[in-house]
Amino acid sequence: MTEIFGVPIQALFGQLMLGLVNGSFYAMLSLGLAVIFGLLGVVNFAHGALYMLGAYVAWFSMDRWGVSYWWALLLGPLVVGLVGALLERTLLKRLYKLDPLYGLLLTFGLALIIQGVFQQYYGSSGQSYSAPEQLSGATNLGFMILPNYRGFVVAASLVICFGTWFLIERTQLGALLRAGTENPALVQAFGVNVPLMVTLTYAGGAALAGLAGVMAAPVIQVTPLMGSNLIIVVFAVVVIGGMGSIIGLVLGLLEGLTRVFYPEASNVVVFFIMAIVLMIRPAGLFGREK
Amino acid sequence: MSWLGQGVDRAGKIAWIVALALLVIAPFVGVYPIFIAQALCFAIFAMAFNLLLGYTGLLSFGHAAFFGGAAYVTAWLLQEKHLTPELALLGGVAAAGLTGLVIGAIAIRRQGIYFAMVTLALAYMLSFFFLEASFTGGENGIQGVERGKLFGLFSLEGDLAMYFFALAVFVAVFLLVLRIVHSPYGQVLKAIRENEPRAISLGYNVDRYKLLAFVLSASIAGLGGALKVLVLHLATLQDVRWEQSGEVILMTLLGGLGTFAGPVVGAFTVVGLQNYLSDRAGSWTGVIIGCIFVACVVAFRKGVVGELLAWHKRRAKKA
Repeated sequence: MTEIFGVPIQALFGQLMLGLVNGSFYAMLSLGLAVIFGLLGVVNFAHGALYMLGAYVAWFSMDRWGVSYWWALLLGPLVVGLVGALLERTLLKRLYKLDPLYGLLLTFGLALIIQGVFQQYYGSSGQSYSAPEQLSGATNLGFMILPNYRGFVVAASLVICFGTWFLIERTQLGALLRAGTENPALVQAFGVNVPLMVTLTYAGGAALAGLAGVMAAPVIQVTPLMGSNLIIVVFAVVVIGGMGSIIGLVLGLLEGLTRVFYPEASNVVVFFIMAIVLMIRPAGLFGREK
Repeated sequence: MSWLGQGVDRAGKIAWIVALALLVIAPFVGVYPIFIAQALCFAIFAMAFNLLLGYTGLLSFGHAAFFGGAAYVTAWLLQEKHLTPELALLGGVAAAGLTGLVIGAIAIRRQGIYFAMVTLALAYMLSFFFLEASFTGGENGIQGVERGKLFGLFSLEGDLAMYFFALAVFVAVFLLVLRIVHSPYGQVLKAIRENEPRAISLGYNVDRYKLLAFVLSASIAGLGGALKVLVLHLATLQDVRWEQSGEVILMTLLGGLGTFAGPVVGAFTVVGLQNYLSDRAGSWTGVIIGCIFVACVVAFRKGVVGELLAWHKRRAKKA
């Protein structure tokens, strides 16, 4: 078997692929955070909990009602989006005039509640469901065996990230959203229902997290705390690359590489990179000093 | 002690003296001293946090790293190096201060919400370090730590002796924080909180002020954690976890952000509540804490002490 630096090439590519899969989730979650932060000015600490919620909705509907994976892929984001809308309407909207720190604290409390309730019912043990039949199996790419589902996750997250970018930067709706970020009062004066737009934006960001959760579940175990640690990594990704950049994929890859060559550090490599980036470029890799 | 008077009116002073008197007699009227001593440790932790958020406007989401980190160092110094408790405490505080210097220097390069995210991420990274490091005992933590003899003379093994030592440390920290807040340095911190660009344009090296505030806050938080080792005989992973960072935020917020008594009231409330709930609500405790968090942010942002002060002010105006 071929080796690179003493590591079998199969194992290397396998870990890189897993890194890329994780990176896809980082990218999707940081995108949802960015969409929400852009319009609401809220750093959504509950994002990890919503991601977990998406995974549980999928697991529950597949396990109990025998729903197919593809319907779950639709149902998960829908339910999480609705929960998001409800949270925004009842709680978050009371905080818009205050320091953004309060938004962070409120969503932190919400994350505690959501995770606590799921821990109550499902303990800390994991549930899992398998990838759909169409995506089971693997493809031999010559240099590595690619599990089809993982390839699907990476491709789908790229499509979703690009789609969201297109929606925000290139469409009428996106223009309204961006205008609402700059000057909500003026946009309101033009006859746009800004509060509704805000609610839909939070629901949309939450739905993205839910979608990531549904997609993640066949790869990793579904546990009540699956999002609580992930959200911290995603925060670090956001600090490095700014809100909503594709840099998450690169960081996922780096994490995969670390897992091969220095497994002890794979949990912390992203934070390490964050510290270095902050020392060299305080505004983040692509940020501009204000 | 004229500085003690600044910003503290007569009613406030009387309230503090009454509170101190209550704390002194509490163990003699049937309150379990170790329980109050533990609450005092968290009160020190919350005062340290309040110094940073309440008076400087910096939200650190990683303060558990200093609290729990100092606890590990102190426990290790006591158990493996057989130092006397006061030296072990100092060791823990120094470790927390140094960690604070490193994390602070990195984190103050970003403002506002990003500052919170950076501190959270770095503290999370440290918690991995504490989990993996050989001296911390991994998932088990360091258990059965003996309190030893203060200055090599007075044994702290008795609960009452321990309690009064903790109370003395608490009072010292209280006076220290009061002194910091009312010093010219503290005034600059408040200026930074209110309007950072303006403080810069007045010629203050804002980053140095912020960093010093961060190191001070980290050291005091460390003292709280180190003292907790003496009180409870153990240092655990629980204390460095980010949930603990969240808890100290809750204590400060619930008691009253930027008020003097707030963090103390908040710490006693949360520790008491957890104690009460752990028997009755079991694993629902986390959910209930989360609900209180949400309620505080949505409807009760001034906190207990903040509301009391506002009520006092309104009454004074009427009269």
